Amino acid sequence: MRSEPIMAPRISSVGSLRLVRQLGALSCAALFLLSACEKGGGASGNSIPVGEYASLTGLTASFGTSSHNGVVLQIDKANTAGGVLGKKINLITEDDQSKPGEAATAVRKLISRDQVVALLGEIASSRSLEAAPIAQQSKIPMITPGSTNVKVTTIGDYIFRVCFIDPFQGEVMAKFALNSLHKTKVAVLTDVRQDYSVGLAAAFKDYFTKHGGTIVAEQSYSSGDQDFKAQLTSIKGSNPEAIFVPGYYNEVGLIARQAKELGINVPLMGGDGWDSPTLTQIGGHAIEGDYFSNHFSTDDKSPVVQGFVKNYRQRYSKDPDAMAALGYDAAGVLLDAMKRAGTTEHEKLRDAIAATKNYEGVTGTITINAQRNATKSAKILTIKDGKFHFVETIAP
Amino acid sequence: MSEFIQQLINGLSLGSIYALIALGYTMIYGVLRFINFAHGDVYMVGAFSGYYLGGWLINSMGMQSSVLLLVVVMVGAMIICALTGLVIERLAYRPLRNSPRLTVLITAIGVSLFLEYSGQVFFGADPKPFPSLIPDRTITYGGLTFTNKELIVLCVTVFLLIGLTFIVRKTKMGMAMRALSFNSTACSLVGINNNVIISFTFGLGSALAAAAGILSSLNYPVITPLMGLLPGIKAFVAAVLGGIGNIPGAALGGLILGVAETMIVGYGDKIHVPPSYRDAVAFVLLIGILLFKPSGILGKGTVEKV
Amino acid sequence: MRDWSKFALLGAILVSLLVSQFIHLDPYFSIVVVNIGINIILAVSLNLVNGYTGQFSLGHAGFMAIGAYTSAAITSFGGPRWFDWLGGINAFTTSTLFVVALIVGGLAAALAGLVIGVPSLRLKGDYLAIATLGFGEIIRVIIQNTDAMGGSRGFSVSGIYTTIFWTYSVAAITIYVVVNLVHSAYGRGFLTVRDDEIAAEAIGVNTTKYKVVAFVLASFFAGIAGGLYAHFIGYLTPEGFGFMKSIEIIVMVILGGMGNTVGVIFAAILLTILPEVLRPVQQYRMVIYSLMLIILMLTRPQGLFGGLTWRRSTSWLRRKKIPLEDGSAA
Repeated sequence: MRSEPIMAPRISSVGSLRLVRQLGALSCAALFLLSACEKGGGASGNSIPVGEYASLTGLTASFGTSSHNGVVLQIDKANTAGGVLGKKINLITEDDQSKPGEAATAVRKLISRDQVVALLGEIASSRSLEAAPIAQQSKIPMITPGSTNVKVTTIGDYIFRVCFIDPFQGEVMAKFALNSLHKTKVAVLTDVRQDYSVGLAAAFKDYFTKHGGTIVAEQSYSSGDQDFKAQLTSIKGSNPEAIFVPGYYNEVGLIARQAKELGINVPLMGGDGWDSPTLTQIGGHAIEGDYFSNHFSTDDKSPVVQGFVKNYRQRYSKDPDAMAALGYDAAGVLLDAMKRAGTTEHEKLRDAIAATKNYEGVTGTITINAQRNATKSAKILTIKDGKFHFVETIAP
Repeated sequence: MSEFIQQLINGLSLGSIYALIALGYTMIYGVLRFINFAHGDVYMVGAFSGYYLGGWLINSMGMQSSVLLLVVVMVGAMIICALTGLVIERLAYRPLRNSPRLTVLITAIGVSLFLEYSGQVFFGADPKPFPSLIPDRTITYGGLTFTNKELIVLCVTVFLLIGLTFIVRKTKMGMAMRALSFNSTACSLVGINNNVIISFTFGLGSALAAAAGILSSLNYPVITPLMGLLPGIKAFVAAVLGGIGNIPGAALGGLILGVAETMIVGYGDKIHVPPSYRDAVAFVLLIGILLFKPSGILGKGTVEKV
Repeated sequence: MRDWSKFALLGAILVSLLVSQFIHLDPYFSIVVVNIGINIILAVSLNLVNGYTGQFSLGHAGFMAIGAYTSAAITSFGGPRWFDWLGGINAFTTSTLFVVALIVGGLAAALAGLVIGVPSLRLKGDYLAIATLGFGEIIRVIIQNTDAMGGSRGFSVSGIYTTIFWTYSVAAITIYVVVNLVHSAYGRGFLTVRDDEIAAEAIGVNTTKYKVVAFVLASFFAGIAGGLYAHFIGYLTPEGFGFMKSIEIIVMVILGGMGNTVGVIFAAILLTILPEVLRPVQQYRMVIYSLMLIILMLTRPQGLFGGLTWRRSTSWLRRKKIPLEDGSAA
């Protein structure tokens, strides 16, 4: 060996038997610290603990906060009306920081420490897929407000959703493009960092090409990007009749602007990720005349929708978006099932959720089908004068 | 052909934003020799100051969107960010002046996380629409299009590049900055107050970040507390590409990066690179330049002395 | 002396086996305990590069990703064939499959470490940090574009095999390898590279070789940690292995005191538990975390546990004071 020790480095000697003791010491310290976060809970007492995990901070904080607001609004409404089954609902929310791995920890904490009777969450399918097996294993019913990946509810019979699934929304827009807009040459612009966007794009392409359409160009971007001119210039060169952009509103607003700046005058189409009052504020004139599929529209005259919009504005002083509406309905379906079951016992609660039929939600009339997905019709909206307007309903 | 030229225009306009952020990065690195990871977040603070200031001026003071409004908002945001920069330097970096660079780098990461997450708490996590400070105009010429805002960004970048070069080359302050970057001990021996010079550099660098924040938000009118993350890293790559510490190098690096990203999206599939690899372009360029010419395109190599 | 450390290793593995077999922990407790173990592996292995060899790597999460995805691919695609071949799913076939997957995952990460390390370890300081950050991000972008592994939609891992036993056995092996390596005659070379690279070269130490060895070994263990993570969480997305994950591991190393394995282990434990303890403050969690990081760097740049050694950390067991190495009293 060429390099014998030259100097005594600043490290200590390795221990013999000490190593054993040290490991003991380490684990003792760990156990001590962990027991510090021990917390009581349980279904006994005067309240029913319901768990929610959401991305309140981090990259997708805006979606998580919206769905959380919706959930809180629904639960508060129920509590001021006297609670459910004679008890108040105690909502326990854990932030998963939009971070993979965190959702699993949060959900295990909610189940084993707070002993929640049911779970609400997440918007992102990837985080729901992390948490769903845990809920399934512990037999805790879970309703996800916004996870659109088909796989989520296939995890087990305790997992439900109140939103659309990717193939449905992708097909709806493909049908709309073919049958109502009569477009056969469409370009697709996907957000590769969002599983939602990738899922919708895949379903759209599948249906569209099988029914006589052609995808003339495929481009992609990543959430957080601000410049899309390179993609749009390339798309422009392929002369599409419409562009399918299944992204979220913050990027879509910019995409619409930059498309107009480049002189692209074909309509853009998208999914429920577009739904936010911020879309028109960002997109301005550029977004006018574009189409997207959604669960509901704020100009719907039904008292359920109007009541929700009014309460939401009052409490948060802004208009609700799709995530807020979905959070509201996820909590609504859960409370409705609790009332029907007359108990919070896991199995009976699950059966009651599964039996949900024609629940009048903000996002439509929800019926849970055999795959534990919500069946409801999609509404196509267009943007006119800075407002969303109803165009047509496409049934599942 | 016109598509290619359009892509070139797109690339240059994206690149000039990177260049603008990179200027501040490179200034601070040139003098202090440390990576100010929080630079991208000061850029975010700049954009948010512009959002609140602009909103206030339009709604309460009744100002119309005009060049005057843009200048007022930009100067205001630059002052706010210069002060923020001074506070950060005084509280977080100055006590570590003689610490290992690693310690300073971790502190900078801490400052960056602090700005991002307190931004999410105080500004809210939802994206906000940036007010339109000047009227929109699209200029079309022979099938090519660009906007007045893109033109403004390019002009301001060139102007700041010249201005900074002037400050560094021709003024007393600039001379002191160069002396400090060359040898800080000798610098204080000849009677220069190092703290003043470093504070000045930090204030100036942060003001540049604010200018970049405003101009970029003008072009891309959505702002979020995490908006500085990606441009911050990309601008750093641009600065390294051009030769970190070198002011024209930062601008050049920014433009190269912008054009390279655009061209991968536009023509990547012709060389079997899917356009979705765009995010990797910056890092491939970075690693390439680090391996072949670590001092950057315009940087001068240094030999480590014993 | 060193014979004892082998017994300690075996003891640690035995204890973790007993704990996972006979003590029932509630699910939340066990996820935190496993996370601690995985973080110990990551931090102790990174410490070999950052602490002992003095090379600043910011891409550790990338190697973790390679290990996670490789081992997940083996158990998911190769699992059914393996079970057919060995006759059914039982404790023996699953654990052999898991061990093979972990080791192949580690080797894949080590190979990536070699490919990345050889060119980039010529760089120094900040430049190396940024280059490794770049590689980490490139790995993430590649996974995001690999449809076979689910791309950005994520990948469901077919089996949940990771237990406290596996995690802590690997953690014990990692600690054993790193501690014994840096205390061996060969291992002193890492320290010379850190303390004075030019002097080390002058006396004939092949500094590049030492750097690459440290880097490859650290990548190997990061890959195995990734495999453990994959078969514990059960769902992988490229987002989980970004630049922030690398930063998290770095902070553990620095907080523990660079080049101080005991300190780093303590820091890994502390920094895994801290966010859990901070849960009640919700959105303010990361604000507090970042503030603590800044304050810590300002007040204790040598790390929270700088000066803490194997001997001193357990001196209370012997009820006598052991002086600090610089001579002052404990």
